[in-house]
Amino acid sequence: MTPQLNEIWVYLSASPLLGLTVTLLAYQAAFWLYRRSGMNPLANPVLIAVTILVLLLTLTATSYETYFAGAQFVHFLLGPATVALAIPLYTQFRRVRSMLLPVVAGLVAGSLTAALSAIAIARLFGASLPTQLSLAPKSVTTPIAMGIAERIGGIPSLTAVLVIVTGILGAVGARYIFDAMKLRDPAIRGFAIGVASHGIGTARAFQVSEQAGAFAALAMGLNGALTALLLPLVLGWMR
Amino acid sequence: MLSALTQLLVFQLAGEVVARGLNLPVPGPVLGMLFLFLALALRGGPGHELQTTSQNLLQHLSLLFVPAGTGIMIHLHRVADEWLPLLLSLLISTVATLVVTALVMKLCMRGQPAQGDAP
Repeated sequence: MTPQLNEIWVYLSASPLLGLTVTLLAYQAAFWLYRRSGMNPLANPVLIAVTILVLLLTLTATSYETYFAGAQFVHFLLGPATVALAIPLYTQFRRVRSMLLPVVAGLVAGSLTAALSAIAIARLFGASLPTQLSLAPKSVTTPIAMGIAERIGGIPSLTAVLVIVTGILGAVGARYIFDAMKLRDPAIRGFAIGVASHGIGTARAFQVSEQAGAFAALAMGLNGALTALLLPLVLGWMR
Repeated sequence: MLSALTQLLVFQLAGEVVARGLNLPVPGPVLGMLFLFLALALRGGPGHELQTTSQNLLQHLSLLFVPAGTGIMIHLHRVADEWLPLLLSLLISTVATLVVTALVMKLCMRGQPAQGDAP
């Protein structure tokens, strides 16, 4: 780099402008690809944008902290966006109310399957106990999942990674599984995505239909609360 | 847009205060969602502005997960030692959760008229 370019880089790398701008650019590039693929779930925009950013930060030897100083402005919007989920939920409430039994039964069955199958499979393949416990809340939205991991003896920062990977796996794979099951009802598809893969799955559901999105949002909120209440109890009984 | 965004932040703030004040295991924004839902039920629906702002926000919900997702780069080393059991567990368990949730719901809906369901 010439001295002048170097100075510009020193300035930019210390300012939040760059982190924010590259986040938006990477996402727009990812979303363009996603749209060009006809919203194919395999071209998941979160997956593509994160891959671009990780490569970029690694190549430029930029720390995540520096990057996040800018990206935090996008991250902050997760809060108000979560609150905004109340609106599609309200719009779809008539359908939700007519499905009270399936919603409650699906929630309890899905929530327990998510936590217990993750522990059982990890144990079967020889993962350590703290790793098994870090996996247990993987289907729950990040802030709740990290709190649960801490309480049951997992490693919160490991849980944070597992939650994101779970979200992407569900968003990418759900369509193929539901199609194979010949399941078409957007309410059931959305709810199951929300239980299995929280916000990232919910984001995908909204791109498909408002009804699927509303049910995914409902499932995400309910599963977070239920897992936080139930999982420490269930693990206590099993000990 | 400004008034809609303000409303969302006010509900988030209320959720945050109640969640922390009562030591609930639910994050503030999720509680804020519940409060806004109740307010909408009382008010009889969102106004036009709140409706469009939230639609715009939710259309790009995936964008909001990108900064946290990128954080995977600093924790990747934690996954390195046990990547195979972790990957198998995540894959199989995610598929199992999708299948079990959907099947249980479908079973419970037997006899109910299907809506939005292609014959």
